[in-house]
Amino acid sequence: MGGDRTIRETLRGWAFLAPLAVFILGFVFVPVAGTFIDSLHREVTFLPRAFIGLGNYRSLSSDPWFWQSLRFTVLFVLVSVPLELVLGMAFALLLHRPSRARGALRACVLLPWAVPAAVSGRVFELVCNFQYGPANYIAERLGLTVGPVNWLGSAWGAFFALVAGDTWKTAPFVAVLFLAGLSAIPGDLYRQAAVDRAGPLQRFTRITLPLLRPVVVVALLFRTIDALRVFDLVFVLTRGGPGGSTTSLSLYGYDAFAGGDVGYGSAVSVVLFLVAFALSAAYVRIGRFGRGLS
Amino acid sequence: MNLDFRNVAKTFPSFRGAVPAVRDANFSVGDGELFILLGPSGCGKSTILNLAVGLERPTSGEIRFDGEIVASRERGIFVPPGKRNVAMVFQGYALYPHLNVRENIAFPLRVAGEAREEIDRSVARTASMLGIEELLRSRPSELSGGQRQRVAIARALVRKPRLFLLDEPLSNLDAALRAATRAELRRLQRALGVTTLYVTHDQTEAMTLGDRIALLRDGRILQTGTPRDLYEKPETPFAASFIGPYPMNLLKAVLEEEGGVRFVRLGAERLPLPPDRVPGERRPGSRNVLFGIRPEHVRAVPESPEPAPRGIVTAVEHLGRETVVTADIGGASLLAVAGEGTWKEGDIARLEIPMEFSHVFPEGDDPS
Repeated sequence: MGGDRTIRETLRGWAFLAPLAVFILGFVFVPVAGTFIDSLHREVTFLPRAFIGLGNYRSLSSDPWFWQSLRFTVLFVLVSVPLELVLGMAFALLLHRPSRARGALRACVLLPWAVPAAVSGRVFELVCNFQYGPANYIAERLGLTVGPVNWLGSAWGAFFALVAGDTWKTAPFVAVLFLAGLSAIPGDLYRQAAVDRAGPLQRFTRITLPLLRPVVVVALLFRTIDALRVFDLVFVLTRGGPGGSTTSLSLYGYDAFAGGDVGYGSAVSVVLFLVAFALSAAYVRIGRFGRGLS
Repeated sequence: MNLDFRNVAKTFPSFRGAVPAVRDANFSVGDGELFILLGPSGCGKSTILNLAVGLERPTSGEIRFDGEIVASRERGIFVPPGKRNVAMVFQGYALYPHLNVRENIAFPLRVAGEAREEIDRSVARTASMLGIEELLRSRPSELSGGQRQRVAIARALVRKPRLFLLDEPLSNLDAALRAATRAELRRLQRALGVTTLYVTHDQTEAMTLGDRIALLRDGRILQTGTPRDLYEKPETPFAASFIGPYPMNLLKAVLEEEGGVRFVRLGAERLPLPPDRVPGERRPGSRNVLFGIRPEHVRAVPESPEPAPRGIVTAVEHLGRETVVTADIGGASLLAVAGEGTWKEGDIARLEIPMEFSHVFPEGDDPS
């Protein structure tokens, strides 16, 4: 009798899991596996499909454009993610302070997150415009530059325009994550720390940061994976230029697809997937989930 | 250290205008004294504590530590909590959840940049004083309520503060633990001789623990004095009903004066009042007053040779050591704890009121 019951319970458990399992299987595992299989084939328009093993990967390893896009992507992650986290933290701390205008301020800060990347890409293109963009006006006013600079025409200028666009858009997202984490820290801990003679900086480093660690790890994870896959902003703002200097891995893979070489594009995607996967695993390890706020 | 509050007021802004939380607070706490702020919730006692620590700034008035002003808006002086060398135990204990017990206790010393050996010594000494040596490696989430409280006290006392503040420290403990902890707190405070400000809404705690008590209501200090003063000489009906094991009986009565002797007319009886029992000036004629007598002084007896009001027993509670009899005397109910005989509802009792323990308050003071 008891056995019947457990079997029924188990079946019911699986029944509840089934919709999500089917979804993940259909939309995650199948495409990933398909991409991996494609990457092991010569899959080019007008040519018959043929298994070539690691042939595509061998080509990748000697493809300077691939290395260039990998270098750009990693650099983009290394510069923009820390910037977004620091800015997001600053926003979150500001928004966390009790203030009459808190609601309005939160809405303002969140606004960029609501703007589609394609739109914000166009906006930053205008901002960086050689002739009438405000970037030149401000930089010159601040004494940083002399005469107009063609931001999007230089490798470094384009890189920083992308970093600026990405940070502008996603620092608010990070801020919202951090804000949720901050609200979960009881106010008495800060009062206690103040009585215990901890100054504002010590309260931040000894109370806020350690208690926020799980949230920081989540934000880091989300942002790193997102930044690794950056596509829309690059596509709209620089289209990988100038001279391919800002071609991200996603864009490079896309270009391969668009050029008709599905196998090669799949190989690029697999490399991107592996990098993101390895980084995620490392973060989860470092973050030691399950500790911190409890 | 001496703590002084002089004309301190604190108002909080709100949508309905300023809300006064503390009005014109005046009191001094002597060196090594355990001073209790007692009152119902919302009376402003925690705000006074926060003002003393420096978590709140007074709207007006001065706060002094050993004569030195630490907060005064008029003079533009405000010493932040970290610079006052005060220690506080919050109601919820506010232990740092990411630190173990040792790190929690060491926190105030580490923040101040003390040397490692010095910190270890202080932590070990304080932990043994509170008997929590074996908990040092635990995390706060693994501790019971009583243990958390000890850790919070240890963290507060580890650096020998000038002023020790406790906000309802016993309210999260169960009854048995509360009595034991109360006695231990008293012992600790005496042994360390640290000036202490203690907030509670429990009059038993205040009476058993305090050197002196300030009784608060609606942001105002109604009366300050030793537990005995507050019990024997309540200045307001509120103090009379708030302090003591039972709320004082407060009855509407008429005060009469005749031939230099004053009487309280209570129903059909005229009870002569000893000369020292009525505060305020003598006035001829009669006036309405609130007559107070503690239940523990009223004797319910079957028959009495003295003038004692008659009442119908409406409730009898046997508490073991004593029996509480509630009697109805002409529409007002009177509690009597002392007395003799066995009572049941509906009995007629004589209620002997020892007038030397009676209190007379001007009518109109609301006891609630």
